Amino acid sequence: MSVLLFLFLGALLQKFGLVAVLFLVTLGIAAYSTYGERKVAAFLQDRVGPDRAGPFGLLQPIADGVKMFMKEDFIPQGSEKWLFILAPGIFIFVALMTGAVIPWGTTLTLFGANIDLQVTDINIGILYILGFTSLGVYGIMIGGWASNNKYSLYGAIRASSQMISYELAMGLSVIAVVMLTGTLSLRTMAEMQSGFNWTVIYQPLGFLIFFICALAECNRAPFDLPECETELVGGFHTEYSSMKLGFYLFAEYINMFISSAVIATVYFGGYNFPFVDPAWLGGLMGPVVLFAKIFFFIFVFMWIRWTLPRFRYDQLMHLGWKVLIPLAILNMLLTGAGVLWFES
Amino acid sequence: MQPLTNRSKVIVNKEMSFMERIYIPAIVGGMWTTLKHFFRKPATVKYPDEQRPFAPVYRGLHVLKRDENGAERCTACGLCAVACPAEAITMVAEERERGEEKLYREEKYAATYEINMLRCIFCGLCEEACPKEAIFLTDRIVPSDYVRQNFIFGKDLLVEGVEPEKRIDVTVRQKHIQEKKQAASTQA
Repeated sequence: MSVLLFLFLGALLQKFGLVAVLFLVTLGIAAYSTYGERKVAAFLQDRVGPDRAGPFGLLQPIADGVKMFMKEDFIPQGSEKWLFILAPGIFIFVALMTGAVIPWGTTLTLFGANIDLQVTDINIGILYILGFTSLGVYGIMIGGWASNNKYSLYGAIRASSQMISYELAMGLSVIAVVMLTGTLSLRTMAEMQSGFNWTVIYQPLGFLIFFICALAECNRAPFDLPECETELVGGFHTEYSSMKLGFYLFAEYINMFISSAVIATVYFGGYNFPFVDPAWLGGLMGPVVLFAKIFFFIFVFMWIRWTLPRFRYDQLMHLGWKVLIPLAILNMLLTGAGVLWFES
Repeated sequence: MQPLTNRSKVIVNKEMSFMERIYIPAIVGGMWTTLKHFFRKPATVKYPDEQRPFAPVYRGLHVLKRDENGAERCTACGLCAVACPAEAITMVAEERERGEEKLYREEKYAATYEINMLRCIFCGLCEEACPKEAIFLTDRIVPSDYVRQNFIFGKDLLVEGVEPEKRIDVTVRQKHIQEKKQAASTQA
């Protein structure tokens, strides 16, 4: 009995440790994404970027965080106070939850114990991610509505309609992957892509659709319509200040990180790389490979943001409903036909 | 009509081809352009740390020079004030007393010498007018202030220090003015 309890406690401790590490890594990467964003933007524009705080400006995120905390925390008159406070919490909570199902590696051997590098391998991992990213709309919608400001509400409406439209095409492109792999579990998907057997080779169109939708889901340029200085001031977070605003901005970078992780896992082999065994370095090689891919995709996200001009709202809706969804359906049909052909 | 230059661009509003309509090649092309900039050297000058050298023609804050013995060169002749199109320069002349030879080079000197930096247009006519090579425009910048009164620079701000390290080097400017004067005289 006591042995069982000990094992249970050990497993629990492992999971808690993993969750804590994942939480800290996610926050750290999100913080340094802000720095990376500014540096990438600067380099793409022949500038230097932040370089005052610490060597190469590496302490900039800390300075930004301190600044955010020092700002006046303002709640506007006539706003729904509790919803106003709740909304950024929902947004960042939802953003942080999605990291739980991503397989960060195979197993890590630490102090003689084998630690599974995935918080939970639920068999509907990809559905869980899609579900939670859709919940992110609530954070935006409640925040925009509770602000009692027409610009915030407009921004929130834009954000939610954009996210809902692009979720469709995203889901449809994921369905093609599910048909191909026959599983919804991200762990199984990652295992099937060992070596160079990456899904993107079978699903180039699906990947393209998924990637564009991921950009739109993260509300990033060229789909950054919810924020629009000329028309909507700051969009849904116009009335937010201090760390509540910080939460919104932070959660966007977390979303970007998680989207990159999902893209890397679903389409680019996850922790697999040709001629590299993810079990090397006591299992540490898997996370190293995966994070390399994630950082590459974060860079691509930023690269796109600082290259392309943004869409007009009608163009955005046109692209979502009249281009991406038919393409995703076509991709689904082609995949289905291909699966049938190769099975028979 | 014949165009005046060959820079005008004829706009054709033709239907886009399929490759143009899917935008992907254009997007890849744009990203290639930005990627090339990613590896380019930044154009930034980190201003307070590094400063770009001024051009020799730059005309900034004035200096009243001393000679090699440390005596003020200005003799309060007033030619600079006469030459000044903005009427920014005023001065009060005084006679040199016995024992002040170390302080003033000539028998007459400027007891007060004021330039109103808000009036000054930094044209450099004062340095051209000066017969004693006493006033020069340097590559220093007139500092900003909140109060108009503080822009009237007296001798305390204009005369350079006696110590060698406090002297202000104007050789580049001097040479530039001399060349200009020479060119003017040969033309005449």
